[in-house]
Amino acid sequence: MFYCILCYNRESELQAWSREKEATVMARREAVAHSLATQGRLGPVGKLMPTTTAVTVRASREPLVLDGPFAETKEQLLGFYLVDCRSLEDALEVAHRLVGETGALEVRPLAQFYPGIGLQ
Amino acid sequence: MTDVAWIGAALAAARPQAVAALLRYFRNLDVAEEAFQEACLRALKSWPVNGPPRDSAAWCIFVGRNSALDEMRRRNKHDTLPDDDVIPDAEDTESAMVERLDSSAYQDDVLRLLFICCQPDLPATQQIAVALRIVSGLSVQEIASAFLVGEAAMAQRITRAKRAMTQAAVAFETPGPAERAERLNTVAAMIYLLFNEGYSASGGDAHVRVPLCEEAIRLGRLLLRLFPSESEIMGLTALMLLQHARAAARLDENNNIVLLDDQDRSRWNREMINEGLVLVEKAQRQGLPGTYQLQAALAAVHARAARAQDTDWSQIDQIYAVLEVLQPSPVITLNRAVAVSKVRGAAAALDLLAPLAEPLAGYFHYFGVKGALLKDLGRADEAREAFNKAISLARTAAEAAHIRMNLDKLNS
Repeated sequence: MFYCILCYNRESELQAWSREKEATVMARREAVAHSLATQGRLGPVGKLMPTTTAVTVRASREPLVLDGPFAETKEQLLGFYLVDCRSLEDALEVAHRLVGETGALEVRPLAQFYPGIGLQ
Repeated sequence: MTDVAWIGAALAAARPQAVAALLRYFRNLDVAEEAFQEACLRALKSWPVNGPPRDSAAWCIFVGRNSALDEMRRRNKHDTLPDDDVIPDAEDTESAMVERLDSSAYQDDVLRLLFICCQPDLPATQQIAVALRIVSGLSVQEIASAFLVGEAAMAQRITRAKRAMTQAAVAFETPGPAERAERLNTVAAMIYLLFNEGYSASGGDAHVRVPLCEEAIRLGRLLLRLFPSESEIMGLTALMLLQHARAAARLDENNNIVLLDDQDRSRWNREMINEGLVLVEKAQRQGLPGTYQLQAALAAVHARAARAQDTDWSQIDQIYAVLEVLQPSPVITLNRAVAVSKVRGAAAALDLLAPLAEPLAGYFHYFGVKGALLKDLGRADEAREAFNKAISLARTAAEAAHIRMNLDKLNS
């Protein structure tokens, strides 16, 4: 089954990371992604731009266009991985390898999946 | 060994909100800073053991407030009771505290904290230094090295600035829309000054000042998170991102400035450029043009061009035309003339220059541009005259050398 691993953390904290800290975290995540890729289990991976770039379109009689992310949350959605996993246990194991010292990873199985055209 | 890097980042991120809320609570900057300091010390003991709190800013405010109140009570046993205005809400319930922590209160708290750093009597460099100390939490040593001055001198500057801030009357009431807009303007100007302090550094010291640019961008994003629909704050943040994206290409191997046209664009930071471009677009949707947005739009046109010769000069001309209306200045007209020369030719550009002769009589770039236009029109003698005038007004050897190169071309 395909699992989406959604990465949440406090954006303001990440923006205060030193370059070394950021490099360490990214290197560790890349290593995990690389091992998943060599096993043929890694789907699309995305790092989102800061929430300050977000615009939200909310349904209404006339759809409302609002600046900012859809909700004010303590931790923000910052990125995602799509991974092919045999079981929930397996998906949680991947999440354990990805998780850092702060923040949270939400493991959500996909109900439907359209591969799209493989954007480059 | 426990890795405390994440604690440092968490405390740095919590700092503006926490100090700002404590300032509102105690109405005294020194008390607020000490309270936050105490909260940091306790965090360093408690977080490695208990893990990070769900909301580190709220944790720091709560712990900082309580420790400062404890300290006051301890002193009271020996001293007289403090004045009521020192602890205005000592009897606050926790629920009232939580209420104060909602984001709308944060907004004005953080804005107030930034705003009081912008005391108009203080020179700009002192405003920036004190903001870096109080809002960003940089050490005096870090600030001193970024400004290329000694630590003792910087410490003295910051102390003096803080004294001026303490004496200034600060309104703690929730500001009205007009007051808030004015505060945002003032604070945006200070953040851009901070950015320029880092950006305009030239030669070998430029790398030292990168932290100033990064800190300015961090403050811009912070302000934008608090005021998500302010198009000028979008513009400011975009402008800084688009300019800073070129940092790696701005210096050659000898640490000399490389002009925009000659920069190796593959060294521009694409991630920063993309974020800047998105913010420019997002700001423009509001239809409320402002000077930061327009400057960001200019930077965006350059960022979109894969090569210097691909630059869309007619768009630059149009943006300058709007900027001329919004903020009339001979320097802006001069810049527009450069764009016009690329779109409609040197003769049209020279017409724009005519009314600038008097206001820009002592301006190096005016004569540089004028000389180049005259050269293009084949008016060699007049061009030579303008170039010579430019050389006499050059402020750096690099500026003079650039003009001399043009003179040589003219003579050959």
